[in-house]
Parts: sequence; structure tokens; C-alpha cells
Amino acid sequence: MRDLLKYLKDYKKECVLAPLFKALEAGFELIVPILIARMIDVGIPHSDRQLIIRCGLMLLLLTVVGFASSVTAQYFAAKAAVGFSTKLRHDLFAKLLHFSFPQIDSVGAPAMITRMNSDVTNAQAGVNMFLRLFLRSPYIVIGATIMAFVIDPVSGLIFVALILVLSVAVVVIARTNISLLEAAQQRLERVTALIRENLSGVRVIRAFCRQKDQGASFDSANGELCLAQKKAGACSSLLNPVTYLIINLFILWLVRSGAISVTAGRLTTGAVVALYNYMSQILIELVKFANLLITMNKALAGGERIAAILKMEDAECVAFTGDTERDGAEENTFAVAFDHVSFRYHERADEVLSDIDLKIMPGETVGIIGGTGAGKTTLAHLISGFYSATKGTVSVNGRNVSDYDKKELTDLISIVMQKAVLFSGTIADNLRFGNREASDEELQEAVRQACCEEAVEEHGGLYANVEQGGTNFSGGQRQRLSIARALLKNAPILILDDASSALDYMTDKKLRSNMRSLKKSPTIFMISQRTTSLKDCDHILVLDDGCVAGYGTHNELLKTCTVYREIHLSQGREDDSEGGAA
Amino acid sequence: MSGNLFGYVPGGVIREGERVSRGAVLKRVLKQERPYLPLIILSFVLSAASVICMLLVPILIGEAIDLICTGKNGDALLKILLKAGLFACGAAVSQYCMNRINNRVVCHTVRDLRAKAFQKLQTLPLKYLDSHPHGDLISRLSADTEQFSDGLLMGFTQLFSGVITIIGTLCFMFSMNVAITLIVVCVTPLSIFAARFIAGHSYEMFKKQSSIRGEQTSLVNEMLTNEKTLKAYGREEDVLKRFDEINDGLEKISMRALFFSSLTNPGTRFVNNIAYALVACVGAIAVYSNATPLFSSLTVGILTAFLSYANHYMRPFNEITSVITEFQNAVACAARVFEVIDEEETEEKQDQMPLKDVSGDVSLTHVDFSYTTEKELIKDLNMNVKSGMRVAIVGPTGCGKTTLINLLMRFYEVQAGKILVDSQETAASDLNDVRSAYGMVLQDTWLFDGTVKENILFGNPDATDAEMIEAARESHAHSFIRRLENGYDTRLGEDGSILSQGQKQLLCITRLMLNKPPMLILDEATSSIDTRTELQIQSAFKKLMQGRTAFIVAHRLSTIRDADLILVMRDGAIIEMGTHESLMKQNGFYAELYRSA
Repeated sequence: MRDLLKYLKDYKKECVLAPLFKALEAGFELIVPILIARMIDVGIPHSDRQLIIRCGLMLLLLTVVGFASSVTAQYFAAKAAVGFSTKLRHDLFAKLLHFSFPQIDSVGAPAMITRMNSDVTNAQAGVNMFLRLFLRSPYIVIGATIMAFVIDPVSGLIFVALILVLSVAVVVIARTNISLLEAAQQRLERVTALIRENLSGVRVIRAFCRQKDQGASFDSANGELCLAQKKAGACSSLLNPVTYLIINLFILWLVRSGAISVTAGRLTTGAVVALYNYMSQILIELVKFANLLITMNKALAGGERIAAILKMEDAECVAFTGDTERDGAEENTFAVAFDHVSFRYHERADEVLSDIDLKIMPGETVGIIGGTGAGKTTLAHLISGFYSATKGTVSVNGRNVSDYDKKELTDLISIVMQKAVLFSGTIADNLRFGNREASDEELQEAVRQACCEEAVEEHGGLYANVEQGGTNFSGGQRQRLSIARALLKNAPILILDDASSALDYMTDKKLRSNMRSLKKSPTIFMISQRTTSLKDCDHILVLDDGCVAGYGTHNELLKTCTVYREIHLSQGREDDSEGGAA
Repeated sequence: MSGNLFGYVPGGVIREGERVSRGAVLKRVLKQERPYLPLIILSFVLSAASVICMLLVPILIGEAIDLICTGKNGDALLKILLKAGLFACGAAVSQYCMNRINNRVVCHTVRDLRAKAFQKLQTLPLKYLDSHPHGDLISRLSADTEQFSDGLLMGFTQLFSGVITIIGTLCFMFSMNVAITLIVVCVTPLSIFAARFIAGHSYEMFKKQSSIRGEQTSLVNEMLTNEKTLKAYGREEDVLKRFDEINDGLEKISMRALFFSSLTNPGTRFVNNIAYALVACVGAIAVYSNATPLFSSLTVGILTAFLSYANHYMRPFNEITSVITEFQNAVACAARVFEVIDEEETEEKQDQMPLKDVSGDVSLTHVDFSYTTEKELIKDLNMNVKSGMRVAIVGPTGCGKTTLINLLMRFYEVQAGKILVDSQETAASDLNDVRSAYGMVLQDTWLFDGTVKENILFGNPDATDAEMIEAARESHAHSFIRRLENGYDTRLGEDGSILSQGQKQLLCITRLMLNKPPMLILDEATSSIDTRTELQIQSAFKKLMQGRTAFIVAHRLSTIRDADLILVMRDGAIIEMGTHESLMKQNGFYAELYRSA
């Protein structure tokens, strides 16, 4: 949380003024019992109407100034809290947007979203509450105690004893309650997980007629949740009665000892009443304080999580070294070259790619095939510079990928990811992601090349609405639109990562022929699970468990590469002539 | 069905239409509480007792102060203080008991409600579950019930005791002194007015704030969920700019909303303090000018008690306002849960014929079906499958392949025509019998968060370990299971997260191996399984299919070619039917599909 304090830097004034005005208000409140005591001790015995009215007017005055300073304090507190969260939110979002791929993987989208939403909101509430209340309660408690000492040192000691006993009680109860609430929260998460599981597996559950047993296992989790919540409730049930009882017993003690002092002439009745009033004020403040502890606990937990994110290393400061000499002769420059590249996602994980050595000429179409986890997507992401090689170098146009300025590299490479993502907005908005300045005609052309004219027509043209997540488009339509988007970028390197998996055979075929006749004839990497999708590629790279199992044309590989043949056969091809007949 | 998980704000807004039936919902909530009626009555009694005890303490302290005034501090004072102590104890104990009871009632109510809703999910037709986002249903069952419980608890504990406190305070004050009470009664409503005024103004701001915040949340969700795509296009700065525009707008409105809403406490305190000053002033004058009949018998002690009342009198008003908001929210949440509970279930038809010892003949005659009335899907579908046949269903996406599975398993009911198994109409047969006759492996494999063993035994809980291992061997799953950390007792995590896609599918096949149903439905995975596992799966499938009728939604040409019967579907109708050879000869849609592959 300490790391977040810098976001209050610009609000130093507010952070000082808010508690200051709160203190002022509390100070005014502490004068009230003194005035009442004067009324009782002086006004009433002497029937001094003027004094009483003067005291009354003073009380009204205190009320007005108290109100004014309280409003001022609230204003500064709100300003500081909102300013804090606005800046924090901006920095956090900027940080998250500039995460590298490995960082995205390690944190995960759901956690990032929670940081941005509820954690920041809780932190804001925490700052606001802290400025307003966290200091007010101690002011009142300490102030009341000091006043008690001023009136009567013996009674002051009673106050000190009270504060000690109360603090222990409040802290113990609040702490226990927080941990019990956390336990209940875990049970709730279990129940939620069961519901989700039940919904996602509804067909299987019904196919096996196991609905009743599902109910039984849910009931036991639900019962546990209920028990945990009852436990937490039992604990929080204690807070109010216990604090109430402690304070009242101390009040009785105070009155008793006060009475003795009055008889001995050390105290006046008004003083006893004032002491009584001070103690009552403490009661109200402490109850507020206990509730505040819970809010602050939440805010601190969220703050810690945010701070952890902000502390993460900046990954994207790859400096552009302008004078990097290009390796090799100009005419010999490969579009993409892998020089004995190995890669692992974590230090202790297994290698996902091992010793890949590969040179691709500009304009070539390269197919990549292999089982799940063979390293196909990883290879594509190394070219794009999303991850950097653990060993060896990946170069694009003869230059090491990690020497590129990030933007420069992004402009060189256009990639269609495995998961086709559309953003909310219009179809045109989405397509222009690839090229901000593209004209409608250019969009139309890309749409045609990506075989999604029908999809665009069906939704009512280029300016049709796309819902969040592209839910109003089918999986195949989303894939083709993301291909169109990638084409608009007109980059010299195009990577299609299993981009046609949801398409039927015929559309897939047409798409492939369109890709081959692109005007600028970019270097194309085509990742697929189907050998038939790749058979026309200039070269096909066969990956098996992170290693190169073969590299060559379709026909060569059928003869020389067992892995490729196995894949091909499992997809129903005994010999090549039959499928290729068309 | 992925469902929009993020669009829903748990328990947040009260939507149109829910307002209308709030009364009805409330009635229903109360009805649910009927079994707890004795406890609730006890809670009310305890609440009243606690309030009365609490109100008596200041009066007794006032009496004690009067004794001090008159200089008596002996046994009489001690007696009064003892009495006050007893009342304080009484108040504390009864408040604690009341809290425990309320807590119990609420926890149990929510538990029952949640259990009921979950039971309901088991009986709801798939039509409902398929057409409702799962995220929304999950929130209804977890977040909404939670919110409901919070609101209900607050309502219970604070509403009743708040009302009793107000009434009790008024009664005690009137009994002590009418005139001063009148001052309090006249001034305090001003604070309600002030609170109302502030609430009314901040409500508008909060509404604006939550709409801007909603906009921001949705941008954040969308961009962070798809951050990788965003980065592939290098559009981070554009997004950040859009975010900042929203964020700045949010800052302005948040600042105002927060400031305004935080005026409530100072506002009510302000009014309260005015009342306090008036009571002190008038009361003090009344104490010495004892003569006036209106201010009869006012003493310093009573004045002290009055001042303490004046300080606490307003609190319940504030509490009640916040309780009502909370309670309204709770009722809205309850309404959303009730909506699920009230949904029409699949009718459990009576006297359905049992369907046992199925041999596996299946025939469909003139079957019509559609998910929505606007779009016809399956029209006049006919087919005849003999026991032991292997039927491949092929066709482009969206042609009705999955729909056919839905109908065979009776996840959905046909709208016209008949489906017969062993010449018996399935619609008239026992639903469990029909489903038990099929074994099903879907493309999206489903495993639950339990051990490997529990997952395999899901289809047949009574199987022995030996039978289970035998089944796993047959389906080639044994070798990888053995290599897992705890073998068959390894916990899989939610949705089998520790396994690869292929391994998951092997487990699902093992599940069927143990069951050996007479008919099979297999939905081949389109992609993402490595070659070796793929071969193992195919061999396992083959073993499983021996002597059984099998329907296969096929994506692999090898599966298709080996089939005894190929159904070519397009736009919900079977347009071609036959073996591979006969269909190729026909040179129709199938031949075209096959060649294009």
C-alpha cells in the first residue's frame, strides 16, 4: 500500500486539510460537554437565565462552525480520494496495456480486470474513509480522555482503562471476524464453482441420469457455506453488545467514583455529567471505528494487489539501437531466420521449442503443422517478438527481432491469432484496426479476399454493429473478419495461426487460393492441423514436441517424414492422388 | 454457450419490470420464512427487550446524578447503579441472542433458496439452459442469493429494532417531559428532510457515475481480455486515450457524487445538534423555574437523560433509510432467483413405458424440429438404422448435426413425427431409460473437479476398482493415468485443467467403457489433438463401437469412409444417404465436399 501513496502526492494539501478540518469539528464537539457542565453548575443553581441562553447560543454557534468544517473536510477528502483513484486507474491500465505476453500469461485476464475494477474502487473508498473517519475517531477518543484528565485526573485514569479494554475487545472481534469472513468467501467460491460445473456439464450429467447425485454434492457444499456464514455471523453478533456493555459498566464506575468526589468536594455535578457525556462520545466513535477496520482491511488487500502489479518490471523498453548493422549481404537477406532457437516459457519449465534452425525467403508460403503442444503458436509468437528466444536468435529481414523498435516490428508483421477476436463497434472499426486510413473500397477488397462478403452482407454492410466479443457473429465469420483485418495491414509478413479451423472445406480452399494471389505477395506462415490445408505451401515445417521433425514440400514429407505421414493418414489419406484429384 | 460473464452487475441495478412485482416478491419472501416464525417472534421479543433495557439505562443514570446533586452517595446510589448495570447486561445479552437468531434464520433461508434453485437447474429443460447465458445463471445462484442474504439480515436486525427504538424513545421522553419532547419531535424531522434532499441529489449523480463506470468497465474488460490481439496491432495508445477520456469524465462526476453523498452524516448531525442545543437551553431554564406546570418536575438528572436521548434518537432514522435501500436491493435479487425457480420444468410424464435391454434399432419417421418458431430447422427427417450399424453424419457447420443428437437423447423433444428405439416410441418411454441406452462423447469434454476415479465412475458408481482399471486399459487411458501424480486418485481441478484435450477425451471414453451402453453418440473433435493420442482415441472408439449402434458426427474422412451409412445433412435436412461408394457414384453434394477436402 505504501507504494500507492505517491498517487496522493498531488493532493498533499487536501490530505492535510481534510483531517485538519475533521479535527476542528471534533474539537468543537469536545467543547459541548463543558458548556453543558457550566449550565448545570452555574446557570441552574443561580437561576442565571442569561448565562444559560449564552451557553445555548454558543452551542448553536459550535454546531454551525462544526458543520462548516465537516463539509470542508468531506470536500477535501472526496477530492483527494477521487484524484487518487483516477491517477491510479490510469497508471494501472497503462501498465496492464504495456504488459508483455509472458506477463499477460502469468497474471491472466480475470485478475487484471479485478485489479482495474473492484480493487481500485475499494482503494478509493479506503482513502476517502481514512481521511474522513480513521483520524476522527482517535481525535475524539484521545480528546475526550484529555478533557477527562483536565476535569479530574482520577476519572481520566478510568478513561484510559476503558480505552485499553475496548481496543482489545474491538480488535480481537474484528480480526476474528475478518478471518471467518474469508473462510466463508472460500466456501462461496466452491459453491459457485459447482454451479458453473453443473451448467457446463449438463448434457453429460443428464446422459448419465446423475441429476440427483449432483444435487447431493451441491447440498453438502451449500451446507458447509451456511455453517461458515453462521460462524462469521456469530462472531460479528458479539461486536455491538460487547462494546455496549463495556462502555456502560465503565460509565457506572465513573458515576460511582464521581459521586464520591462530589461528596468530598473535589468535583461538581456538572463535571460528572460532562465526564458521562465524554464517555458516551467514545462509545459512538468506537463502533464506527470497528466498521471502518473492515472497510480498510478490504482496501488494503486490494491496494497490495495493485501495488504488486505496478511493481512488475517494464518489459517493453527494448531500446532501438539505430546503428545496428545488418547481418549478411543485402541481397541474401532472409525474410525470417531462426538461428538455433530454443524457447521455454518459464525458467523451470520444459523447452517448448528446441534448436530450431530455419531460413525463409521473402514471398515464400510456409506451412506449419504438428500436434497440440508441438510449439506451432510459440514459433509464430517468436517471429512477432511477443516472446524472446531463450537461446539462439530470431531475425526478421536480417535483423535480430529483439533489436527492433516494438512499433517497427508490429508494422512488419500481421498475425491472425488462433482465437479470433472482434471488438465492439462497427465491422469497419474492426477492420480499420489493421489500417486506420483504409478507404471503404479497400475494406471491401479485404473482405472479399477473406471470403466474408456474405457475413458482412448478412449483418447489413460494413457499418453494421459488432457486439462485445463479436457474439453476433459465428466463429467462422469472426475468423474470416480477423483475416480481413490482418490483410488490411498490408504487412510484408503474414501469419495465419490456425485461422481457418472453423471453416468448412470449401471456404477454406477458396481462402487459401486468395492468399496465394495477394498483390504484394507477402511471406506467409500458415499454421494448421490439417495436412490438406497445407499441401500447396512452398515448404511445410513439421513440428513434433518442439523439435523439427521435417521440412519440405507435401510430397517430399509424405515420403521422408513419419510424423507427417501419420498425421496425414489419421486424417484419412492413404495416398495422395485421391484427395488431390480435384 | 459461453455467456456474457461481464455484462452482468451482480445484484446491482433494479431493472424495469421488477419494480412492478416487488410486493409480490416480498410476500413470497415472507412466506418462505414461515417455518422460522417461532424464531422470528422470539427475535422480535428479544429486540424489544433489548431496546427497552437500553433506554432505561440513561434514566437510571439520570436518577443517580440527581442523588449526587442532593449529596446522597450511599446505598441508594449503589442500588441504582446496580440496577442500571443489570439492565445494561440485559440489553447486551438479548441483543446478542437476537443477532444469533437472525443470523441463523437468514443463513438457513438462503441455503434453502439456493438448494431449491440448484434442484431446479437439474430439472429445467435444456432449451432454457441453452438460451440463457451461464454467467447470468451463476450470478443468480451465487451473487444474488448472497446479496439477498445481506439485505435480509440488515432488514431483520435493524428495521425492527430501529422502529422500536424510535417508539420507545418517544414514549420515555413523553413520560418524562411533554414540552421538551415536543421540541425534539418538531426539530428532528428536519434532519430526515435534509437526508432526503441529499439522497435525492446524489442519486442522480450516482446514476450518472455508474453509467460512466459501466462504460469504463466494459472497455477495460474487452481490452484486457483480448490484449494479445490488441498488441498484435500495436493499438495500446489509442485504447489508453479512449480510456483516459472516460476516466476524466468519471473523475468529475465521482468527485461530485462522493462529496454530495458524504454530506448526509454532517447534515443530520447538524440538525441533531440544533435539537441538542435547544433541549439543553430550554431544559436548563425549566429546571430552576420549576413553577411552570408544563415543565413539572424537571431535574438535572432527567435533563441529562434527555440530552442522551436527543443524541441517539436520530440514529435509527438514518439506519432505516439505509436499510430500506439495502432491502429493496435484496428484494430485486430475490426476484431474480425466483425467476429461475419459477421456470417451467420438463414435464415428468406419468406411466411412461420402461425401455430395457435395448438392441439398438433406431428409426426416425417424419421428424420436424426447430429451436425458434421463425426458423425451421429439421423438416420431415426419416431414417432407419439397424442394430450394430455405424452411422456417420456429415455436412457443413450449422446443418443440424448437433440438433440430431439433441433429439436422440431427448434433450429436446421433437415437434412432429416419431423417434423409435427398438420400435418403441422414445417420447412415450421413461426418460432415464432412453438416455441410459446411449453413451455419449461430446467434442467439449466435460470432467468435474474430482479425482480421476470419481470421474470414470460417474457413469457407473458401483463399478469395482478392477473393472475401472480394465476399462481404462481398453481405452488406452491407463498408461497416462498411472503416470499422474496420484494415479487414479489424482484430483483433476475444475474442468480437468491438469489434462490435455486428448487425455480428457480418453477419460470420457473410459467412462463409457465401464458402462457399455447399447448405442453410442460420438462427436469427433475437429482439431487440437496430437497425432499419437488421436490414434489411441480412434482405436478406443473402434473397440467401444464393436457390436453397438453408433452415431458419429464425423470430421475425419477415415471415419466417414468406414461407416455403414453416411447421412449428408444440409440446412436441417438429410439430402443424401448411403455408403461412401454409392455417394461418390451419385456425384452430388457429398462428392463435392469430399473432393474439396
